[in-house]
Amino acid sequence: MRRALTLTVALFATTASAASAQTIAITGAKIYPVSGPPIEHGTLVMRDGKIVAVGADVAVPTGAQRIDAAGKVLTPGLVNAATVLGLVEIGAVRSTRDASARGHEGIAAAFRPWEGLNPASALIGPARDAGITSAVIVPQGGLIAGQVGVIHLVPGTASDMVLRAPVAMFAALGPAGSVNGASRAETIMRLREVLSDARVYKARRADYERAQSRALAASRLDLEALLPVLDGRIPMILDADQASDIESAVALSREFGFRLIISGGSEAWEVADRLAAAKVPVLTGAMNNIPQSFAQLGQRQENAGLLAKAGVTVALTGNAGGGDEEAFNVRNIRFEAGNAVAYGMDWNAALRAITLAPAEIFGVADRVGSLQPGKIADVVIWSGDPFEFASQPERVFVRGTQISTPSRQDLLEQRYKTLPPSYRAP
Amino acid sequence: MRHHIVSLTVGLALVPLVQGAAQAPAARDTAKQLPMPGGTSVPNADPFPSTYRPYGSRPTVIRNVTILTAAGPTIRNGSVVLRDGKIEAAGRDVTAPPDAVVIDGTGKYVTPGIIDTHSHIGGGGVPGDQGAQLNDINEATSPVTAHVWVEHSVWPQDPQFPRTLAGGVTTIQVLPGSANLIGGRSVVLKVVPSRTAQGMKFPGAKYGLKMACGENPKRVYAQRGPSTRMGNIAGYRAAWIQAEAYRRRWDKWNANHQGDPPTRDLGLETLAEVLRGNILVHNHCYRADEMVQMMDVAREFGYRIRSFHHGVEAYKIADLLARDSISASVWADWGAFKLEAADGVRGNMALLNRAGVRAVMHSDDASGEQRLNQEAAKAMAEGNRIGVPVTEDEAIKWMTIHAAWALGLDDKIGSIEVGKNADVVLWSGNPFSVYSRAEKVWVDGAMLFDRLDPASQWRTDFELGFVPANRGGVR
Repeated sequence: MRRALTLTVALFATTASAASAQTIAITGAKIYPVSGPPIEHGTLVMRDGKIVAVGADVAVPTGAQRIDAAGKVLTPGLVNAATVLGLVEIGAVRSTRDASARGHEGIAAAFRPWEGLNPASALIGPARDAGITSAVIVPQGGLIAGQVGVIHLVPGTASDMVLRAPVAMFAALGPAGSVNGASRAETIMRLREVLSDARVYKARRADYERAQSRALAASRLDLEALLPVLDGRIPMILDADQASDIESAVALSREFGFRLIISGGSEAWEVADRLAAAKVPVLTGAMNNIPQSFAQLGQRQENAGLLAKAGVTVALTGNAGGGDEEAFNVRNIRFEAGNAVAYGMDWNAALRAITLAPAEIFGVADRVGSLQPGKIADVVIWSGDPFEFASQPERVFVRGTQISTPSRQDLLEQRYKTLPPSYRAP
Repeated sequence: MRHHIVSLTVGLALVPLVQGAAQAPAARDTAKQLPMPGGTSVPNADPFPSTYRPYGSRPTVIRNVTILTAAGPTIRNGSVVLRDGKIEAAGRDVTAPPDAVVIDGTGKYVTPGIIDTHSHIGGGGVPGDQGAQLNDINEATSPVTAHVWVEHSVWPQDPQFPRTLAGGVTTIQVLPGSANLIGGRSVVLKVVPSRTAQGMKFPGAKYGLKMACGENPKRVYAQRGPSTRMGNIAGYRAAWIQAEAYRRRWDKWNANHQGDPPTRDLGLETLAEVLRGNILVHNHCYRADEMVQMMDVAREFGYRIRSFHHGVEAYKIADLLARDSISASVWADWGAFKLEAADGVRGNMALLNRAGVRAVMHSDDASGEQRLNQEAAKAMAEGNRIGVPVTEDEAIKWMTIHAAWALGLDDKIGSIEVGKNADVVLWSGNPFSVYSRAEKVWVDGAMLFDRLDPASQWRTDFELGFVPANRGGVR
């Protein structure tokens, strides 16, 4: 039985290994490069895993594989801006849950979750099949949860998949960041203590190594991990929902001079002008209007649209609240965008919020998030409006290669399409 | 409720959201039969009767609209007439009363009010902060708590109610949680403003019984048992054995009133009502093999399972569910949050649909409950993708008439048919589009939600001051 399964896997793997050296031209589609205006009846050419040309008057190179996409829609591969994809397989099975670190009193700044990334996760396939080609993986829990990475949904090993890491530090204010029942201001105090000790550590590292320093508020590795935040090399995500917590986050970023990203941000729309003025991007969703906690009383579906209108950079994340959006339904981010539009966000802004915006926020826009010559050829051909339920991602290219490996879910559906099923492979 | 003054000036069919003096106590026919009120166990006893009365309504006609009837083919460019709380007419050619409020539905859609067979709102209220003490759905103190009734946990001021209504949802079944093998009685509610749970109870609706398989009970009771799946099954069987004996004792006494009545037991009373067919079984179960085990348990004790809930593996036994006329209340695309949910596939709905199972789109989630139309759209799209085609006329049934059947209410709600309750939703566009939203919602002919008139919208007591109209909420 085990042997049969292995053979099956090998078989499917071959279908995904088309020569990436091949030149492919997709013609006739409506192209949304995101970095520029839409192109009617455009042509996109990719070669060696890169996009080489995009436009209305692009000639198809001789010898190129031509894909007629007339009437279809072409977008960049989507970027999910906050997930635990590849970190959590079965939520309730502890041994498959690798999105959090125990840390010390809620501090786990040194935690690098991509080091535990599972490239064989059965949830990656369905996400990719749905047009997701990159994902921002975030650690969970505590005051400073750890570091954030961007993964590329290419078949391969964990190291093949890491596009860039770390791209940010993840911490939380308000109830989310409360450790041992700490109050709001106490949580801020604790974060301030750790950040100022990281400064001390940087200034007096030699003394620290010789034990000539007072005790510092976090472990050596955690303090070390915070230096890129203080140096401005990576931003700090602060998860905060209540408007006052968001203001505290902005104040803290000024105090320590770090680049701030707000995540969660249920009430961010209430302080949208300040966030726009401070150039603070927000990671939030468009499918929640429930005052689930006292920190989220102002939660509304118009949040993303209002923020965008105020000039805030928004990356959409799943926020419906059922929990499945975090791994199993990473794929549903396009419907988050559709809902954002239904609640006031401009359509193009919504597409940007699931492609180029997160790529820019996390410093990978030079490679993914838009259809421009020189970028990695992550391209999706949609049967229609990518935000609509009835539309299907018909072909998904990652690094210029079409991936069509059946997912575990596809195999189950195939097996049980006829009842009783055959238990022979696949 | 401050907005009832505002709505009077609106002049549309929207009625004041205040329950009038018409709230006389409901007739308690069953109470009359009680020789010793409260002291005996009689079938269909109703000690917490519904006090629901429809809100005031005006005759209304929606014209030039596409109607997904859930009873037959889509009616294009049709009209629906609502009068005295009922659907008076629906079709291409209808006559409307001369005094009817006329609503132009050009470019819009009408559907029956959406029905969710699996809700916890009201019982699991928000805000859910630690210490808020609003999590009242799991009486996780014993594996069998057939004696609890979830209506006693329902908080009518839960701010989730108006949000659910704004999703076009007019009827919900609130269930106890799944911590227990037998979790207690469910209650069917109309999604309407009220001071009391009784004021929301669907008149005449049967109760449901919540049962749960698999991981949850064995995890919760790992220390005291049941701690295994075989322990779970033994637990149900032990409960039904007691229930059957109880039913026989009471049926005998109710027939002749000889001697002292047997001792009353709240839990066994509920289970006996299941055995008499007066309470419908709603069984939380993920795995195909466990569902079939539960079908055998039901057969052993002579009760019927009305609906399996969650059923992420229902597609594996679609033929067996169809054979036994068991409906399947499932999600569009949840899975993998625990091992028994690992085989969730988006084709579940479509495969059930093809096999002739009454497939029901349920939520188990206050957020998903607001968008059952979107969930159905996802499931329909997946069917079409995998070569198991689903039409809109079928998909609309998943969240209307099939759900109504699962609740035993398909003679009253769930379709746009003459004589049915006027629970109706006007959508801004095709309800299977991500861009469409419920624009107006009628319950028993009364317009209780109008997205275009924010000042008229239902705001719970909780929201006043905490979530004032210029903050969150429905728009």
